[in-house]
Amino acid sequence: MSLDPNVRPPIGLLPPRLIALRSRTAWVLLALAALVVASFWSLDLQWRDLWSRDSLAAMARFAGEFFPPDTSPPFVRKVAQATAETLAMSALGTLLAALFGLLLALPAARTHARALWRVPTRMLLNALRAVPELVWASLMLIAAGLGPMAGTLALALHTTGVLGRLFAEAIENTPPGPAFALRAQGARPAQVLLYATLPQVAPQLLSYVLYRWENNIRAASILGVVGAGGLGQLLAFHLGLFQMTRTATVVLAMLALVLAVDAGSYLARRAMTR
Amino acid sequence: MATDPGTLISSTRPVPERDPARRGRAAFLVVSLLLLWPLLVYTEFRPWEMLDARSLRVTARFLAGFVPPALNADFLASVARETWRTVAIATAGVSLALLLAVPLALIATAALSISSLSGRMAVVPFVVRQAARGAMVALRTVPELVWALVFVRVVGLGPSSGVLAIGLTYGGMLGKVFAEILESCDAHPTRTLLANGGGRLQAFFYGLLPQAAPELTSYAIYRWECAIRSSVVLGFVGAGGLGQQMDSSLKMLAGNEVATMLLVFIGLVALADGVSAWLRGLLR
Repeated sequence: MSLDPNVRPPIGLLPPRLIALRSRTAWVLLALAALVVASFWSLDLQWRDLWSRDSLAAMARFAGEFFPPDTSPPFVRKVAQATAETLAMSALGTLLAALFGLLLALPAARTHARALWRVPTRMLLNALRAVPELVWASLMLIAAGLGPMAGTLALALHTTGVLGRLFAEAIENTPPGPAFALRAQGARPAQVLLYATLPQVAPQLLSYVLYRWENNIRAASILGVVGAGGLGQLLAFHLGLFQMTRTATVVLAMLALVLAVDAGSYLARRAMTR
Repeated sequence: MATDPGTLISSTRPVPERDPARRGRAAFLVVSLLLLWPLLVYTEFRPWEMLDARSLRVTARFLAGFVPPALNADFLASVARETWRTVAIATAGVSLALLLAVPLALIATAALSISSLSGRMAVVPFVVRQAARGAMVALRTVPELVWALVFVRVVGLGPSSGVLAIGLTYGGMLGKVFAEILESCDAHPTRTLLANGGGRLQAFFYGLLPQAAPELTSYAIYRWECAIRSSVVLGFVGAGGLGQQMDSSLKMLAGNEVATMLLVFIGLVALADGVSAWLRGLLR
């Protein structure tokens, strides 16, 4: 092979040029860069103040106030109670969502309904899903008042949207054989659903519900910051009063809960796939 | 013996009129309902309270305000401004997260270890890798809302706390997933480069990045989409953007403004979803 610099290697040996103005990638990258620059420029983050010595010292002082976490038995008992409340909110919210999700999934699934019902149900499910739990929670505060019920309902509403859609897809993808067999024997639609479709999809539905429960435990722990019960409410309360050592205990409880859920779900998955 | 197939089932065993497993099912239902009871107590779940006259009146007045949504020019202009701020907070937050995530992921990736080319990884690199992994776990375990609450106390109300909250949490998430993607690449080119005296960065740029670039970009874009949703939520604790405005309208029970903002929010999420899907489609 010649080392003559005038002889170009065959096309394909060299990597493509990084910026080639004729390629769409270059323009997309430029647009993204422009978006990032515009974001930082328009937000006026005052980072010079933020990273100044005074502010860094204030931050360090603030972080120091978290220690040591308050471990007096009455407060720990209160945190434990809030943790139980968080778990109960997530469980009940997921359960309600599973119920309503299934009810809405039937008209949303192609197999069981005509388009007349399918389109509005799907729109309802999409709307429920598009609004995050926390926004639902602050909307529910108006109807249900402060406390864990608002949080439970918020979780239930958002999760209904998520599960309803997943359930509808699962039902649509069921193998049609058993349902057809029952229908051919003259079974009514409700019987076909109960004895053919549901038993077939039940394991998948259950796994979706468990997955959402896992998510909802995490969500329930922070929902309270708008006043909807659980650990979040305790966190917002003590942080608002600048009781930093108590706040630290609540944050630690949250982290423990999240890590426990992660570990539990990891172990359960491993046990089930083995 | 030849049997008519049509009569086979009914002749040997009559089809039961009722569900044969009904007793077991009923018992299961009763036990579950009993287990449900403490949940209802713990969550103070008393839906009938929502149906008393006073509570219904407040709800009805609030919901009646939803129609028609607020559409006057001033309000729409401010909604547009806050919507842009929401997008900007998400974008700036993800940029910050990338600044955190890329170095952490590079440190954490065991495929870029020189000492593990010959046998076990040496002690110091092992400790450093585990430290980087631990840092990413710590960053992403704290929910972004908690980061935001804390930062609102430190740097005051406004977008800075939102950007920092998204940057820290998403830095942890992106770093973890980036490291996983890099680990799942074919390690042969990297090992060859490292074994022949290439540096770790060279091995990354010429061994791992060409394989992993589409997946890395795609995940970062997906996270940007999540960050937009999240930055609305962060507004509720005072981190600026659409959420903050929605929160104040909610507190004033201004149903028409809430309705407009909910619609804008749903549109924004759908738009981000579409843009992200399109961008990720380009990578395929």
